[in-house]
Amino acid sequence: MTAALRVLVPGLMTTLQDLGRPGYQRLGVPVSGALDQMSFRAANLLVGNGAGVGALEIAYQGPTLSVEADSVRIAIAGGHAPIDILQPSGEVGRTRLAPFQSGRLVRGEVLRMGALGGSAVAYLAVEGGFDIDPVLGSQSTLTRAAIGGFKGRALQRGDVLALKQAAAAERDERILAPFDLAPPKRVRIVLGPQDDHFTPAGLRTLLTSTYTVSRATDRMGMRLEGPPLEHSSKGYDIVSDGIALGSIQVPGNGLPIILLADRQTTGGYAKIATVVSADIPALGRLAPGASIAFEAVGIEVAEAAARRLAGDVAAMAARVASVRRPSDIDWQRLMAENLVSGVVSARESGEG
Amino acid sequence: MIVEFGDRVDWHLSALVLALAHKLEAAKPAGVIEAVPTFRSLMVHYDPLATSHADLQRAIAALLPGLEVASFAGRRWRIPACYDASLGLDLADVARRTGLSPAQVVERHSQTSQLVYMMGFLPGLPYLGGLPGEFALPRRENPRVKVPFGSVAVAMSMSVIYPQESPGGWHILARTPVPLWQMRKSPPALLAAGDQVTFEPLSLREYERMLAKAAASELCLTPNGPPTQGPHT
Repeated sequence: MTAALRVLVPGLMTTLQDLGRPGYQRLGVPVSGALDQMSFRAANLLVGNGAGVGALEIAYQGPTLSVEADSVRIAIAGGHAPIDILQPSGEVGRTRLAPFQSGRLVRGEVLRMGALGGSAVAYLAVEGGFDIDPVLGSQSTLTRAAIGGFKGRALQRGDVLALKQAAAAERDERILAPFDLAPPKRVRIVLGPQDDHFTPAGLRTLLTSTYTVSRATDRMGMRLEGPPLEHSSKGYDIVSDGIALGSIQVPGNGLPIILLADRQTTGGYAKIATVVSADIPALGRLAPGASIAFEAVGIEVAEAAARRLAGDVAAMAARVASVRRPSDIDWQRLMAENLVSGVVSARESGEG
Repeated sequence: MIVEFGDRVDWHLSALVLALAHKLEAAKPAGVIEAVPTFRSLMVHYDPLATSHADLQRAIAALLPGLEVASFAGRRWRIPACYDASLGLDLADVARRTGLSPAQVVERHSQTSQLVYMMGFLPGLPYLGGLPGEFALPRRENPRVKVPFGSVAVAMSMSVIYPQESPGGWHILARTPVPLWQMRKSPPALLAAGDQVTFEPLSLREYERMLAKAAASELCLTPNGPPTQGPHT
């Protein structure tokens, strides 16, 4: 019998993502991948997967999935959402799954996730991964070009996601102390490559204003609302050049757009700055309405921050703990007794 | 990291960009993830855990001396395209804007050898440059929500070919039945930066026949071999 998860309710925008599809940008193929790679990695760690195994990226509102496998081990990391496990009878069973811990579900059970809090995205990983062919080396979904993931699109009701593993391995469940999901007070940016297309006042506006994440934000770009940035006489149009993850492009209306996972490979608007890579996962967690301010740093600081984030990722793997009876986890007690080491915060790590 | 050669659309600059891209690919400095050639610069994506901006800058600077325009030559393509008014939705409008007759627009567009400056915007979408000055049109004021796949469109003395249905603001002159992006092929993109393209006008009947062949995966276009000279010579 095949092993699968059936989509009963898809959620708002649930897509299969991994660490992305680098190597094809010269052909116009965006990189894609998880918006918040910290939470994505946490979900995979919890089910015992390798770092880059595809997981479901859940935006704002979680899905409802029924288990069509003998058993499956699942972990959700990222935003906090109420998670119910419904028995085949339809009754709500004792919850055996919370964010940042793994749990085992059996055939006929239904996982129902509510609205996310604390983050715009969460990741649902299954032990062994989904049995979905990679495209150009990646399972990431790029809905704009219908590439990768499940049929190149967000999940819909009735989709059946095949699992690689027929049953969950016999082992203890795992937990991880949730890390700080809050955004940095100031998102770090490196100015350029077209900061000369802005007036000194325009640059000052960027570094001293608070912007609000627009509702028009998607996986391609985070649109910001706030004081417009003044272009210099060089204007907003440039001869198209390459785009980096975190590039901040500013079209004619002066409002910045931070380009994210599904960013276009090249573009013709002036780019005032680039968000340092270490701050990208936190940006991925921001929902419309969130505030954001910027701080300019040098390239060396950006590179040191990237190394520190890689250190945090390694430390996260070391902090995963085993639990025999996951339903008995009492976070208050665990934290109080210091059985789980503390929360990691990129903000407080002294970088920058 | 961006290696900038200028700020114009100019085949000379583009040739330098492509020459560096090839040298970089051969040299494979540590930490380089991939390099993306554009009109005027080479975008080098790197892993800051494997190298640093300073080290990479040194490695790339070492590749710059002796960079030659002639050191890279792309392929030459003749791409069939139907300029019938039912497919070339903006042909009449472009004729009016340029002061040419529709037949003249077709002739000048199809016969000019155009260079693939870069791929971007969508998987497999080429930016072709080298059209005469008449085609220096701004983009449409009202971009289309849906441009049909295969559409050949112009603006700013350049052409693009939409590999799939997409929003778009360029003026559509023709449609090609040739698939520009086929996932099962390696590489999946028909064209690459540095290639040269001319268009071969088709009748509507020929277009439909070729489109049916393409749908059955029986349409195979091969390049005519490397160009001997730059596109303007």
